[in-house]
Amino acid sequence: MAQLSYREAVAAGIAQEMRRDDTVVFIGEDVAAAGGVFKTTEGLQAEFGKLRVRDTPIAEQAIIGATMGAAMTGLKPIAEIMFSDFFAVCWDLVVNQIAKTRFMTDGQCSFPLVIRAANGGGARFGAQHSQSVENWAMAVPGLKVVAPSSPADVKGLLAAAIRDPDPVLFFEQKSLYGTKGDVPEGEHVVPLGKAKVLRQGSDVTIIALAAMVRRAMTAADTLQADHGISAEVIDVRSLVPLDTTTIFESVSKTARLVTVEENPRLCGWGAEVSSLVAEELFWDLEGPIVRVTTPHIPLPSADALEDAVMPSAEKVVAAVLKLVD
Amino acid sequence: MNNQTGQLAAAIENATTPNTETRLQLYRQMQACRMMEQRAYDLFMQNLIKGTSHLALGQEAVAAGFGTAMREDDYSFCTYRGHNHTLVRGASMTGILGELMGRECGLLRGKGGSMHLMDAKRGAMGSYAIIGAHMPIAAGAAWSAQYRESGQVAVCFFGDGTTNIGAFHESLNFAAIWDLPVVYVCENNLYMEYTPIGEVTAVPNPGADRASAYGLEPVLIDGNDADLVYNVAVAALQKARTGDGPSLIEVQTYRHGGHSRADPGKYRPDEEVAAWMKRDPVITYRQRLLDDGIEVAAIEAIEAEQAARVDAAEETARNSGPPPLEIAEIDVWADGSSTWRN
Repeated sequence: MAQLSYREAVAAGIAQEMRRDDTVVFIGEDVAAAGGVFKTTEGLQAEFGKLRVRDTPIAEQAIIGATMGAAMTGLKPIAEIMFSDFFAVCWDLVVNQIAKTRFMTDGQCSFPLVIRAANGGGARFGAQHSQSVENWAMAVPGLKVVAPSSPADVKGLLAAAIRDPDPVLFFEQKSLYGTKGDVPEGEHVVPLGKAKVLRQGSDVTIIALAAMVRRAMTAADTLQADHGISAEVIDVRSLVPLDTTTIFESVSKTARLVTVEENPRLCGWGAEVSSLVAEELFWDLEGPIVRVTTPHIPLPSADALEDAVMPSAEKVVAAVLKLVD
Repeated sequence: MNNQTGQLAAAIENATTPNTETRLQLYRQMQACRMMEQRAYDLFMQNLIKGTSHLALGQEAVAAGFGTAMREDDYSFCTYRGHNHTLVRGASMTGILGELMGRECGLLRGKGGSMHLMDAKRGAMGSYAIIGAHMPIAAGAAWSAQYRESGQVAVCFFGDGTTNIGAFHESLNFAAIWDLPVVYVCENNLYMEYTPIGEVTAVPNPGADRASAYGLEPVLIDGNDADLVYNVAVAALQKARTGDGPSLIEVQTYRHGGHSRADPGKYRPDEEVAAWMKRDPVITYRQRLLDDGIEVAAIEAIEAEQAARVDAAEETARNSGPPPLEIAEIDVWADGSSTWRN
């Protein structure tokens, strides 16, 4: 095991795949010579050269369009969209072109590409650089959607995303970049579509994604220590494909479900999971499904305001107590 | 980086008339396009084609010129007005008419429709129905060819209206800075859907006048002259293939009909329509071939052969059934499925 930061794990995952497959190329704004504005891709251009790791203009349509064109003609491109908020200026390419073209053309082309983006709040960047938009992607047929919570999963899931023959949107939670964790040495690949049970429990299932996973774990510690409540915590990791098997097994056991999402309230991924559980496990439940989300607002900038509105461990504890009582 | 070297202007200046075999192929391609589009119109009138369709009657010389000049493994990207561009790459006419009619024999088995024709194995890399979207995609195919050192070129066709959308500008800059082997072909048919392009564009020539902003040579040609389009295509393809980067070529042409099935095109002055009908690329080219001494028998043989081809295509498409319903839920993913959960 090596100790890597979430940030370093990005470059480690890309480098692992670029070493084994020379059709893997990587483009984005400031990603090459500068190593990324979040320093996630330092050293890649030095190792793989200017043809494989290239800086682009600030032109998200060009970046994503070129990524699609390269993917349909023999390459496995990785693109970076610096902040996931910027998907809004190239969403046509993602939704109308990349996601649909395989289906519309009766399977004539595949799109083995990855689009990485820094996603989510907690960095005090204000409403246009802090959104959590993985739920936008989840709503579109034809996109796989991944959001890791740990350095090991950043490397392993990114490697799997690059190897995957379909388009993957890879959401890195920007407030996690400085966090550290053990990452297996040597080749490390984590299959897409597998949720991870991080903590076993019997009274309630808490499911979370990306930065919300640590908060869910903290909440579980508090619930056990202060209230004698045993919470099972699941890191969903991948929204598409969605590991309903792992989630359903847990909810069947605990009979209670709390989802913890960064998204604004309406149509977050937790709403879809809640709906699935309500449809298929309704008679196993001992209480309502509870969603902990950000309110239905754009994120404010000031630290006090941002912290107040995002889901916290305390809010998760409060939600569970209300449910279990 | 390639600049305004006048490479294409010189090629146009020094171009000679293509050889007879090439010219007959240009005529064959134009007749195939003309007859297929006319048949598509007839099938609409019989309600055998649903939805919408955007015919390129009058613009055949562009597709024929480039289609004849391209290498088999080159890539082409076109718009929703893309039946001709797809056909000239070698796609099945039955497949195209079948797709328009929503039949199993369709090129996409009815999953795409008129606006999304693709025949990837022949390099026809798709028809794109969001204005400008395919311009960066074509740049990406060119980037791939450049990276793989395959010598392939991507050709991207679009209309005059596309020159005012952001993707046009992002793509040209991107192609220019990376010296990509891509040829951008602006088919200026004078109308952005229902609106004269001049009323909504800051420059008189929507393609050519923008070229200098990207360090490219301005090229403006008569898009109804199949010989000229072919010669310019050969030069631009050669330039791209030898590493001299992208081109932006504006070809002036005219749509004989309206924008789409719903549009009779009444906003166009009668005298303008009449003037352009006199410049019909198929009729004028036929006369030119005769004037240049090509045997009428050779021309009539092509006409008979293409008429028989379109009849056979229609017949096969009419007799093809609807697509099997189960294909509506396959091929979202590369494994053939549409599964999103376990």
